[in-house]
Amino acid sequence: MGDVYVVAEHLNGELAEMTFEMLVHARGLAGGVGGSVTAVLIGGTDAMAAKLGAADKVIRVAAEADYNPDTYAAGLKAVVDAKKPQVVMAGNTSQGMDLANALSARNNMPMAAACLKVSAAGGNVHAVSQLYGGKMNVTSNLGSGPCVVTVAAGAVSADGGRKDGAPASEDGGKAPAATKLRFKKLIQPEKGDVDITTQDVLVAVGRGIGKKEDIEVAVELADKLKAAVAASRPIIDAGWMPKSRQVGKSGLKVKPKVYLALGISGAPEHLEGMKNSATIIAVNTDKNAPIFDVAHYGLVGDLFDVVEEMMDEL
Amino acid sequence: MKIVVPLNQVPDLVEDLEIADSGKELDFEVLKMKLNEFDDHALEEALQIKESSGGEVTAVAVDGPEVDKVLFTALAKGADKAVKITGANPHADNHTQARVLAGAVGQLGADLVLVGVQSAGDRDGQLGPLLAAYLNWPGVCVVSGLKPEGGKLTFHKEYAGGLMAEFEVDLPAVMGVQAARATPRYAPVSKVRQVQTTAKIESLAAAAAGDVPAASVEKMEPPVKGAGAKMLKSAADIIQVLKEKGVV
Ligand SMILES: Cc1cc2nc3c(=O)[nH]c(=O)nc-3n(C[C@H](O)[C@H](O)[C@H](O)COP(=O)(O)OP(=O)(O)OC[C@H]3O[C@@H](n4cnc5c(N)ncnc54)[C@H](O)[C@@H]3O)c2cc1C
Ligand SMILES: Nc1ncnc2c1ncn2[C@@H]1O[C@H](COP(=O)(O)O)[C@@H](O)[C@H]1O
Repeated sequence: MGDVYVVAEHLNGELAEMTFEMLVHARGLAGGVGGSVTAVLIGGTDAMAAKLGAADKVIRVAAEADYNPDTYAAGLKAVVDAKKPQVVMAGNTSQGMDLANALSARNNMPMAAACLKVSAAGGNVHAVSQLYGGKMNVTSNLGSGPCVVTVAAGAVSADGGRKDGAPASEDGGKAPAATKLRFKKLIQPEKGDVDITTQDVLVAVGRGIGKKEDIEVAVELADKLKAAVAASRPIIDAGWMPKSRQVGKSGLKVKPKVYLALGISGAPEHLEGMKNSATIIAVNTDKNAPIFDVAHYGLVGDLFDVVEEMMDEL
Repeated sequence: MKIVVPLNQVPDLVEDLEIADSGKELDFEVLKMKLNEFDDHALEEALQIKESSGGEVTAVAVDGPEVDKVLFTALAKGADKAVKITGANPHADNHTQARVLAGAVGQLGADLVLVGVQSAGDRDGQLGPLLAAYLNWPGVCVVSGLKPEGGKLTFHKEYAGGLMAEFEVDLPAVMGVQAARATPRYAPVSKVRQVQTTAKIESLAAAAAGDVPAASVEKMEPPVKGAGAKMLKSAADIIQVLKEKGVV
């Protein structure tokens, strides 16, 4: 008891950034519950284990190298059943969502999702979840027994979790092969006409742009600023711009000198992809839009008026 | 192919969010609610599957304010059946919702359950994978590109940076849909009105949720703002900043 187990995430043959962020969260929490930090590496490699030095121990579970929700969930459950850690931590990511929820339901463990912070006090685990598109934080009490948390990306810097050298390793057995769910292949992202990750200046449009034809407004401004146009996910899902222009959790991470966000609310999944830009300027009609919390400069107003005035002045 | 799509209403995040007197949840009395956009994608994907490969789409929702509107709208968009689950709390935690829905899916029967990948208030986990676990079916989050064939379904699971994996699953299964293959269709008000006079919403009594693991809420509060953005007054100010940064 009192131990924190981190579900080490890997993708495309490499540990995910989230894994290192979790090790940072877990270290702080382990101090609070008086336990140690164990990384659970399912289907990973020796090279991955050698990067988990920030953990006290790694439990290696043999499984197919490519993530399979059923196989990995079963492998994780076997480890948790045997070891009974107090906290199991996964990423609030595509993989972590599958695994954490399945474990919570099957093992009857209370869960808190999308946590910015997980701590312990008086024997209980407390977690702060980021909800409602980043407009509310909710603190939960997960009690003193075994529980599950998923952590939101970017709440801490991954740097403190990067430490080379494999920790003590333990055999976690072999994950039972999934019988109903089969991994077929990885599909690599399509290369776009423009690489938005290498641009100095990005003009990014969100749902506030309203309709496809009006993307032209941003394109014209971008041309004037020698910038490229990027977008939030709904614009891509609507088929108005190619996937290679998407910024965020399921899109690309960008770090331009200037990121001009037009009609983007600043949902956590979008911020994940751009909050490290050197200068962020946001234009939004909603004065409470979460984008204004990460932006360096903000303007409350209609993006069409603002862009028109900018074009006049340029 | 029987497809069940649970529909959930969430606060419109463009509006100001009010916290209830308890300090632990939103004040649902005053909030403007709307259909969770990811549920709208799940419904659209279900309708697309029905239109391309046949099947029957059932929209279900836990009884609550405006639930009839949500369900009639789903019918107007092309759902075959609408079912209202009575006697359950529409604002309950997701473990409870998943238990209630697992009971409903068991009674209705389904080959495929499509839920939205997440909803704005997912404090205790996401509905899709919880529901899958309670049904003891395979469940996968963050999916798109669904293609059913016989008793199987192939689909894409999205990761970061545009990377995806292709999977194949034996049905029944639960999918947490990120995006439908097309923009969710719109049902004109006139069509919804017409459906209201001709179609019927069925009722189903909620099964007991039983014991679910609960993380209790201690408090809800808006995030403590950092320094925040320096607020500008005009487009000219933006240009001034761009000049300082050497962009123009
Ligand atoms: C697993 C997962 C992965 C995701 N990955 C991504 C991702 O990679 N990238 C991403 O962006 N999202 C992603 N999302 C979606 C994310 O949750 C949000 O839905 C999305 O970022 C919202 O985009 P938006 O800000 O453009 O739209 P909205 O949230 O609808 O915001 C539109 C904004 O425009 C403002 N507005 C409206 N009209 C005007 C006007 N005329 N002038 C100025 N402002 C105006 C509104 O006030 C509002 O703030 C993901 C979600 C999930 C569940
Ligand atoms: N009128 C338009 N409607 C929709 N998308 C557009 C429009 N104009 C440009 N785009 C998209 O915006 C991207 C940016 O264009 P550009 O920065 O000029 O290369 C293009 O790749 C197009 O996908």
